[in-house]
Amino acid sequence: MSSLTHKEEVPEGGYRTPDGRIIGGVLMDLKDITLRFGGVTAISNISFDIRQGEIRAIIGPNGAGKSSMLNVISGFYVPQEGEIWFRGRKRPPLKPYQVARQGVARTFQNIALFKGMTTLDNIMTGRVTRMKSNMLEQAIWWGRAEREEVENREVVERIIDFLEIQAIRKTPVGRLPYGLQKRVELGRALAAEPDLLLLDEPMAGMNVEEKEDMSRFILDVNDEFGTTIALIEHDMGVVMDLSDRVVVMDYGRKIGDGTPDEVRNDQAVIDAYLGVVHE
Amino acid sequence: MTDSKAQSDALTSIPALLARNVTHFGARTAYREKEFGIWQSWTWAEAAKEIEDLALGLLGLGIRAGDFVAIIGRNRPHFYWTMVAAQSVGAVPVPMYQDANAEEMAYVLGHCGARFAVVDDQEQVDKILEVQDQLPDFEHMIYVDPRGLRKYDHGRLHQFSHIQKMGSAAYDELNPELERRLAQLGYDDICVMLYTSGTTGKPKGVVLSNRNVIESSRNSAAFDNLTENEEILAYLPMAWVGDFIFSIGQAYWCGFCVNCPESPETMPSDLREIGPTYYFAPPRFFETQLTSVMIRMEDAGRFKKWLFDHYMKVARKVGAAILDGRPVPLGKRLSYALGDIFIYGPLKNVLGLSRIRVGYTAGEAIGPEIFEFYRSLGINLKQLYGQTEATVFITQQPDGGVRADTVGIPSPGVEVEIRDNGEVYYRSPGVFVEYYRNPESTASTKDAEGWVATGDAGFFEEGTGHLRIIDRAKDVGKMADGRLFAPKYVENKLKFYPNILEAVVFGAGRDFCTAFINIDLNAVGNWAERNNIAYASYQELAAHPRVYEMIQNHVEEVNRSVAQDEMLSGCQIHRFLILHKELDADDGELTRTRKVRRRIIEEKYADLIAALYDGSKEIFTETEVTYEDGRKGTISATLEIRDARVEPTSAKVAAQ
Repeated sequence: MSSLTHKEEVPEGGYRTPDGRIIGGVLMDLKDITLRFGGVTAISNISFDIRQGEIRAIIGPNGAGKSSMLNVISGFYVPQEGEIWFRGRKRPPLKPYQVARQGVARTFQNIALFKGMTTLDNIMTGRVTRMKSNMLEQAIWWGRAEREEVENREVVERIIDFLEIQAIRKTPVGRLPYGLQKRVELGRALAAEPDLLLLDEPMAGMNVEEKEDMSRFILDVNDEFGTTIALIEHDMGVVMDLSDRVVVMDYGRKIGDGTPDEVRNDQAVIDAYLGVVHE
Repeated sequence: MTDSKAQSDALTSIPALLARNVTHFGARTAYREKEFGIWQSWTWAEAAKEIEDLALGLLGLGIRAGDFVAIIGRNRPHFYWTMVAAQSVGAVPVPMYQDANAEEMAYVLGHCGARFAVVDDQEQVDKILEVQDQLPDFEHMIYVDPRGLRKYDHGRLHQFSHIQKMGSAAYDELNPELERRLAQLGYDDICVMLYTSGTTGKPKGVVLSNRNVIESSRNSAAFDNLTENEEILAYLPMAWVGDFIFSIGQAYWCGFCVNCPESPETMPSDLREIGPTYYFAPPRFFETQLTSVMIRMEDAGRFKKWLFDHYMKVARKVGAAILDGRPVPLGKRLSYALGDIFIYGPLKNVLGLSRIRVGYTAGEAIGPEIFEFYRSLGINLKQLYGQTEATVFITQQPDGGVRADTVGIPSPGVEVEIRDNGEVYYRSPGVFVEYYRNPESTASTKDAEGWVATGDAGFFEEGTGHLRIIDRAKDVGKMADGRLFAPKYVENKLKFYPNILEAVVFGAGRDFCTAFINIDLNAVGNWAERNNIAYASYQELAAHPRVYEMIQNHVEEVNRSVAQDEMLSGCQIHRFLILHKELDADDGELTRTRKVRRRIIEEKYADLIAALYDGSKEIFTETEVTYEDGRKGTISATLEIRDARVEPTSAKVAAQ
């Protein structure tokens, strides 16, 4: 079934996945990142890269520093040491909205939607970085503002169609079950048309069926839009099935990095998860 | 008028009707589909162009006259166009149930030897690829939604819009062939083949000719004065004969507009937005809708609840009479008019039923309270009785002659008779040509004079001439002491309770009747919430003692009501149990149209039936279940068996 992809060449720095997808060069490179909160070192001297088009997972036991890592990538935390290279350029310390403008979108571990707003409006907020009309133009609903609204609505409707949430388009998200809220949040992140999508535990608290659905959507997003995805997830089965490469963290340090198979057989990783006797 | 007579003589195929509609109604809307939140529409002229492009594309793929084209997807204009495009090139459309599993699809595709399939999305493509090796005749598959399919081998897989573009580009080369094939279409050629879901055995392919479809559509359209101004919502399975007649037959005959919902889940809100004028829904749909209205009224404020109760009382008294045009005193009329402003109007609007001129329900018996509820709101809901083999229509209720317990008078052009064994037979222009590749079944169903056995037992009511259906003829049996056993009659009475989703009654050849009950998770779940009853699963709720108590009350009420009918008083339920799982089409227990498959249930649950008759108080059982993705698993449970109180029956009847 993958016969059509044989002709494509693997670009420099990229590789070919077992299922025949072509992964491109480095999109984001994190070099020697260290993040401290006062005397606590949340992340200590971690380096890894995220390549164009891949699904990259960050795993680790509770308190390993995974969410902090994601917050460093999204610009919410500024690390004390280390460099972040994005699209071949060194990224200066930026505000999260500036990072978002560069094409990085995210979802949150504890859903951060506007509960009183409808699904449609929530996803529409994801378009904010793409809107140019000012408040006055939007208030009087004229010219550029109207045109933009129509364009943005179309993008949002395509996402609604993609995520199969037509039936809840006009439902306030506070009334939706958890699994659907997660899907709406993914929709909002997609609305920004990101190059890099960060998912913080997209499947936490879901049942098996919801997890299967969400996995399918993540794979489809990657396949359909070519979006690079970095995700944190606790469900090992899901991580191993979905991701191309996995970074393993423990106590703020990187203890493993590689394909799911490599990571699975790594002694340091096994020890971190099963525990070893400390001397 | 001679002009239109001459014209109707030439209208001997669906493509011919399409050409007429383009001439007469070219700029009127023929199709709407909600996509990306907006109702997209196509006029008859635009639809004809889509159909032509597709027909040319199919010719480009080498489709031959007489080929079968399988159509698998939810109701979308694309699939209706596919049917007409297939007919245009002399091929036969075979719409199939989209929720069928790969195995069931393999059977149908193999049986008709389909060379082409036009399908919705990746899910359907995967299913067919899975069974393709078993199908030597199968060649090309066309899909509408490209999502997830980009990396598939496109040797024999094509995108719908690409085929249309290909056809359009090759217009000059292919159009003469298309014209030639269109000119050859005859009145007795095959119009469509529909597989009946079959409560027993493998599905059978019912062949319907252009004559069957067009004459049935014409007669039924005249019966209800359908015009080009109707709006319908196409949401029932495309594989079902009713959808074919409403959305293709009558729509093309009358030239009215077919609206397709955005997705199955959005159907209620799409219904509200479209406000159809002509509408069909199975009884289960009306039941569910009424249940949700009642549940929401329970949560309404006290004043609103009072207003609702008050005016529903008024409606129950005079609503149906006003609808039928019977005399009603002025005061009552005024009261009803006020109710219309406060309650009925807004309610109908919310339900999407404001503009209904003609509404039908069929397929199963509808609860009298449910039926009366809708009629009292001023909705012209009627019943019909039909079959795939009859091109739907056997009997219909005329305006002004509507009742909950009959299925109406013979439709125009249909003769109906009751044979000695009580079975209903009919003969009409809609009588099917044959079961495809199954002459034995054809011969045993249709006799030389064209009379068809319905398989249902019924009788004509004296005085009114209305037909009443009792049960499937083969299910009507005798109990051990010779009393009449009609399981469906009792099951229907049970199912009229919102808490009971499904019931299966046993008793043929036995001393007394027993029953399996399936609870309705929505209704019972809501009741449990109100009564602070905690439960973790369907199984736990079903086995709850208070649920048993409630169901027992229902069963005993049904027994009292059954006891009043002298002929059927033996069918009272002595013992029952509540099943630990919902009966499901995926497990083969129901047909895809959700009819109970009695034989299969009897086999599968033989241990439970034995327990119902050996006097035990509970029974441990293990049941195999099939998940939606085809995997199998087992669930086990210990089920309680209860005795229900029965009414004494008169010895006179029992002795007969």
